[in-house]
Amino acid sequence: MSPASAGVAVQADVVSYEDDVIRKFVIASTFWAIVGLLMGVIIALQLAYPFLNPPLEWFTFGRLRPVHTSAVIFAFGGNVLIGTSFYSVQRTCRANLFGGRDLANFVFWGYQMFIVLAASGYLLGITQSKEYAEPEWYVDLWLTIVWVAYLVAFAGTLLKRREPHIYVSNWFYLAFILTIAMLHIVNNLAVPVSWTGAKSYIVWAGVQDAMTQWWYGHNAVGFFLTAGFLGLMYYFIPKQAERPVYSYRLSIIHFWALIFLYIWAGPHHLHYTSLPDWAQTLGMTFSVMLWMPSWGGMINGIMTLSGAWHKLRTDPVLRFLVVSVGFYGMSTFEGPLMSIKAVNSLSHYTDWTIGHVHSGALGWVAFVSFGALYFLTPRLWNRTRLYSLQLVSYHFWICTVGIVVYISAMWISGIMQGLMWRSYDHLGFLQYSFLETVDAMHPYYVIRAFGGILFLLGSLIMVYNLWRTAQGKLRKEAAFGEVPGAPGILPAAAE
Amino acid sequence: MADRETDVLTGTETTGHEWDGIKELNTPLPKWWLYTFYATIVWAFGYFVLYPAWPSFSSFTTGMLGYSSRAEIAETMDQVAAGRAAWAEKFATTPVEEIVADRELLDFAMAGGKTIFADNCQPCHGAAGSGALSYPVLADDDWLWGGGIEAIYATVQHGIRSSSEETRVSEMPRFGADETLTPKEIASVADYVLSLSGTAKATEEGAMLFADNCAACHAEDGKGMAELGAPNLTDGIWLYGAGKAAIVAQVTAPRHGVMPAWSGRLNDVSIKQVSIYVHSLGGGQ
Repeated sequence: MSPASAGVAVQADVVSYEDDVIRKFVIASTFWAIVGLLMGVIIALQLAYPFLNPPLEWFTFGRLRPVHTSAVIFAFGGNVLIGTSFYSVQRTCRANLFGGRDLANFVFWGYQMFIVLAASGYLLGITQSKEYAEPEWYVDLWLTIVWVAYLVAFAGTLLKRREPHIYVSNWFYLAFILTIAMLHIVNNLAVPVSWTGAKSYIVWAGVQDAMTQWWYGHNAVGFFLTAGFLGLMYYFIPKQAERPVYSYRLSIIHFWALIFLYIWAGPHHLHYTSLPDWAQTLGMTFSVMLWMPSWGGMINGIMTLSGAWHKLRTDPVLRFLVVSVGFYGMSTFEGPLMSIKAVNSLSHYTDWTIGHVHSGALGWVAFVSFGALYFLTPRLWNRTRLYSLQLVSYHFWICTVGIVVYISAMWISGIMQGLMWRSYDHLGFLQYSFLETVDAMHPYYVIRAFGGILFLLGSLIMVYNLWRTAQGKLRKEAAFGEVPGAPGILPAAAE
Repeated sequence: MADRETDVLTGTETTGHEWDGIKELNTPLPKWWLYTFYATIVWAFGYFVLYPAWPSFSSFTTGMLGYSSRAEIAETMDQVAAGRAAWAEKFATTPVEEIVADRELLDFAMAGGKTIFADNCQPCHGAAGSGALSYPVLADDDWLWGGGIEAIYATVQHGIRSSSEETRVSEMPRFGADETLTPKEIASVADYVLSLSGTAKATEEGAMLFADNCAACHAEDGKGMAELGAPNLTDGIWLYGAGKAAIVAQVTAPRHGVMPAWSGRLNDVSIKQVSIYVHSLGGGQ
C-alpha cells in the first residue's frame, strides 16, 4: 500500500476535506465493534450455559440479545457506513462536506445518542418487540431527525460535486440512506400511549404488521448491510488494490437490479404463516431473481484484482477486503437458497438462519469494515503506514477461523434441529421432544461461542494496531509477505 | 470529457472517467452471469403462472396448479389421520384400562405418549418422570392420588388443585400456624412420622398425637389414602424434603402443589396416551 496515493487525485485547487469528523467515526466504529462482539460472546455463552443468566433481568439473554444485534448492525455498521460515506463522497465529488463541520458533528453525536438511547432502553426492558426495530417511539423520532441531517450532508455534497459524474459507490450509499429512511419511518409508525411514557402501539395490526416488519427487516439487510457496504466496497477495493473497477456496465446493471428486486424479498421471512400464498410466492421468486444482481457486486469486487492478484500476498488489508466479498457471495447464494419454500420449511426458526446471518455479518460486513478502518487510520492521522501489517495478518487469520468455526457449528446445529423437529414415526407422532433438540444442540452452542471468542480476540488485535498507528508508532518487522528465495513478483506488478 | 484509455494489465478499455484516482473498465457483462440472471427471471415467471402470485383489488391470481398452503396442510393432516385411522377410532372409544391390556393399542399409546410427556410434563416431573423437590417422581410405586391407570388418567385430565371443576383437591390443616399443636407437639409427631420409615425413635406422645390428628387421612399405619391424596409416610419418599426440619415445616404450615388440568389443552387421545406412558414408567398399579 502506498498512502501517498490517497492524495494523488486531489488537485491542488481543491478545498481541504472535512476529515475531523471521520476520525471520530473511525474511533466510534472501533469502539462499538468491540462492544457488539463482546455482547455476542456473552449471549452465546448464556445460551450454552444458562446459569450465566444473572438474577438481575437487565443482563439476561432476552435483554442483551437486542443490545448485541443493534450494537453490531447499527452502532458498528452504522458508524462505519456514515464515516466511510463522508470520507469517500468528498473525495469522489472533489468537494468538502455539505453543511461543513457543524452538520457533520450533529450527525456524529446525534447518531451516538441514538445508540445510547436505544441500548439503555433494551436493558431496562423498553422495546416495541420488533426485531432490529426494537427502539420505542422517542428513539425512532430522534433517529429520523439525525438521518435526515445525514441525507442532507450526503446529498448536498453530491449536488455541489466538481466531477461531471456520480461515482458508483455514491449510488449505493444514496440508495442506502433513502431506503433506510423510508423503511424506518413506515415500520415504526406508532401511537405513543402518553408523551411522558416510553410505551407506544404500532399502527399496523396482525399479518399486515408482520409483513411490514419483514419488509423492513429484510431490507435492513438489503440496504443497510448490502447496498451501504457495497458503496464502501466500490471505493475501498479499487483504492487499496490501486486498480480500476472491473466493469462499469456490470455495476450499473447490478445496481438497478439489486435495488429494484431487493425491496420485494421480505415475505420470505413469513413462509408457511398466515401471510397469503401470493405474497409468499413473490417473496420467494424475487429472492431467487436477486441472486445474480447480488453476485454482480462480488464479481466487480473480486475481479477488480485481475492483473494484481499478487498483491494479496503482500497486503493483508486487501485480503480482508477481497475475502469479505467472497463471504458476501456465499451469503447471497445461501439467502436465495433459504428463501425457496421447500428449503425454508427445514431451515426456518433454526440455527441455520443464525449461521447465515453471521456468515454475512462477520464475513462480509465486519471484514469489509475492518479493511476500510485499516485503510483510513494511517491516512486520517497522517501516518506513513499501519503500525504493523503482521498484526493485520494475525487478525485476518484468527477471525477467519472464528467465522468458519461459527458458521459450521450453526449449519450442523440448525439442520439437525430442523430434521429433529420434523421427525415423525409411521403413525405421525413426533420422535423428539423440544428439550431433546435443545440438548442435542448444546455442543454446537459451545463451539459457536468459541468461534465468537476467536473473532473478538482478532478484533482486539485490530484495536491495538489502530491505536498504535494513530499514535504514530511503527512496529519493527520485516517487509510483509516477502518470501526469501521465492520467484519474484511479476514485472507487470511494478506498473 | 471522456478520456478513454486501455488498461495495460487486462487490455480492456476504461470508460474515461476518474474519481479520486479510481477508474472503471468497460468490461462487458459476463455471459454466464447474464444468462443465469435471465434463467432465474424465466423460472420466476413460470412460477407466477403455476402458483398464486399477483394480487388484484379483491383477490389474486390463483395459478394453474390451484395451490393453496392451507389446503396443503389440511391434506397432510388428513393423511396422518388416515394413517392412524385403524387405531385412532378404536383407541378413542376403548377405556384406558382395556387399552393397557391390548398389545397393539398399547404400542399406539406409547408411540405418542413419550413425546407428549417430554413436551408437557417433563418441565416439572423431569425426564422419564424422575421428579424433583416438590414435584412427584412418576417412575416409582408411590402415588399420591393412585397409581392405577384410571386414577392417572383422571389426574392428567383434571389436575390437582387446578381450575377444573372436577379437579382433585385436598388440604392438610396448618397444625402449627393455626396453633392446633404446639411446636413441641409437632416435633414429637415429626419423630413419630420419621419412625414409620425407621429413621427416628418414636415416643408415646408422638404416637398418640399421630392417632388423634393425622391418622384420619394418613391412615392408622401411616400408609396414606389415595382417595384423599394423603401421602404414604412409611416409604421414606418425601415430596417436600426428607428430615425432621422439612417434616416440621410441613406440619406447621403445609405446602400444596398444583398440577394443571390437561383437558382442553391436549385432546383426549393425547391424554390417554400420556397417561398410559406415565403408567408404564415403572410404578403403574
